[in-house]
This record gives sequence, C-alpha cells and structure tokens, in this order.
Amino acid sequence: MTPALAATAIVVLALLWEVLHPWAARKLEIRKANRARIAEGEGLPGYDPGRERRAEQRARELLKSCVNDEEWAMYRDLGFIRVWGGESGSGSDAVISRDLRGAPYAYLVYPHRPIVAYLPQTGRLLNEYCVEFPDETRPYGSTRLPDSDDVLAKWMALKGDERRLISEANMHLPGRQIDPKMLQRDIWRLGRWERERLERAARRHPVGPAD
Amino acid sequence: MKFLRMRPGYGEQLIAEGDVEVAEDEERLVEEFRSQLEQGMWAAVPVKTEAGRREAEMVRAFEDIPRTTDRVIFFPRAAGGAA
Repeated sequence: MTPALAATAIVVLALLWEVLHPWAARKLEIRKANRARIAEGEGLPGYDPGRERRAEQRARELLKSCVNDEEWAMYRDLGFIRVWGGESGSGSDAVISRDLRGAPYAYLVYPHRPIVAYLPQTGRLLNEYCVEFPDETRPYGSTRLPDSDDVLAKWMALKGDERRLISEANMHLPGRQIDPKMLQRDIWRLGRWERERLERAARRHPVGPAD
Repeated sequence: MKFLRMRPGYGEQLIAEGDVEVAEDEERLVEEFRSQLEQGMWAAVPVKTEAGRREAEMVRAFEDIPRTTDRVIFFPRAAGGAA
C-alpha cells in the first residue's frame, strides 16, 4: 500500500512540476527584468513623487485663487466641490434633462472621478458624467493633470460652458464608477458642513432683535 | 495679461505674458492663444461678478478675452472618460 501511495505522490509531483515550472520560470524572469529596469531608473517612467507633490501644491494654489471661498473650503474639508447647474448661460433649459421642470440641480466635482449630477432638495442621484482632460504631450509620461487642476478644469468648464462639457462626457446611470452609498454619504456630509458653517457665521455676526 | 497652462507634473506653467495695450505684446499673445487652441487646449478666464462671486468664462477667440483680465488659463480639452 505504502509503495503505491509513494508512487502516486511522485507522479503527481512530477505532473505538477511539468505544469508549474514554465509558469514559475516566466514569473521569475519578469521579476528579474522589473528589478533591472528599476535599478536603471526606468521603473515608472519619469515618476517623481516630490515633483508630483509640488505640482499638486501649485494646482491647489491656483484652484484657491479661482473658486469662491466657500467652494475652496468645501474642497479642503470634504474633498469635492458642489457646482450648481444651469448657471453658465448655456440656455434656459436644464442642460442635463428637461424632465427636471425647473428643479435646481447640482454637480459633485471630484478629482479624477466622474462628475455626478443630483437634486440637492431630495438627494436623488441623476447621472454620472465621465470626463477627462488628457494632456497628450505627456511631459513626464502621464496625461493626468494634478488632482486640483482636474477639479479646476471641471469647475471652469461647468461654470463657463456647462452644455459643452456635458456633451463631451460619457453619461452613465449613478453607480457605474462611484458607489452610490458614498455619494449619499457625501451629500449628507455636505449638508452638515453647510449647517455648521452657517452656525459659525451666525455666532460671529449675531443678528439683534432690532434688525 | 498672463497665459497659464495646466500640465501634468507641473501644476500651471506661465507660457506667455504681456501688456495687451502694447501692440507687439498683443500680437505675441494672439499668436500664443491660437497656438494653444490648435494644440487642443480650452481657454478659460476667471471672472468676478458684480455681486463678488467668482465665475469662469470659456473663450474661443482672443477677442473674447476681457481686456482687463489678468490671466487666461489653458487646459486640455475634455474627452469622455472610462466608457
């Protein structure tokens, strides 16, 4: 019995070796090649975390100098900006849907994520608009703008020509790329953030009974 | 007037600067503006409304830039992403 089991085990091991050896050899070769590339400075083409941090810092300063104080504080505290829709002079109709019948709508603008349209009154999510601003000159191998530049580009395009931006975007139902639960939480965080901001402002400038 | 361009790995870059009241400067700015649009850039001008709100205007021609603007920001044109 024991010799038979041993023979079976040897056969199984031999078969496994046959199957796994080429795979393991290939993995090893890839790993060696990657190590060699990294040693030669070719790991991630031109990626320099220090430079990216400095670029993001400059982008934040530019964003701060362009948007309203409230929007800057929103981005700093919450990581996104809300932009009201239908304000860019793109026509009297709502850009995203005629079915809204004049209901105010807004967009949540995140860095390098789709723009999300929603109804602030009800919190109902409307659409995701996937849009990028790829710089094909790829100065350091990447087409990707710093986070805050991406947000500013979306903000300016929505403010300046909402219809043009939305027409360039790929539209999807909510939930395609961003978890709707996260969006609902962000809408809730935004509401709380605005209430706290209003309360702070009221404490700073109390209104007397005679006013 | 300053022309700034958003670029990966840089943040914004100053690409041109000049006084639009000086003919030579204006000519250079017009040329740079056209060149940026030909490279596929969009151009926006940060503005302030009478009520003090900050907004932005997209401009498609040099003539559309308000003469008093101190900066024009160029950024890559939008493209549908992650379809």
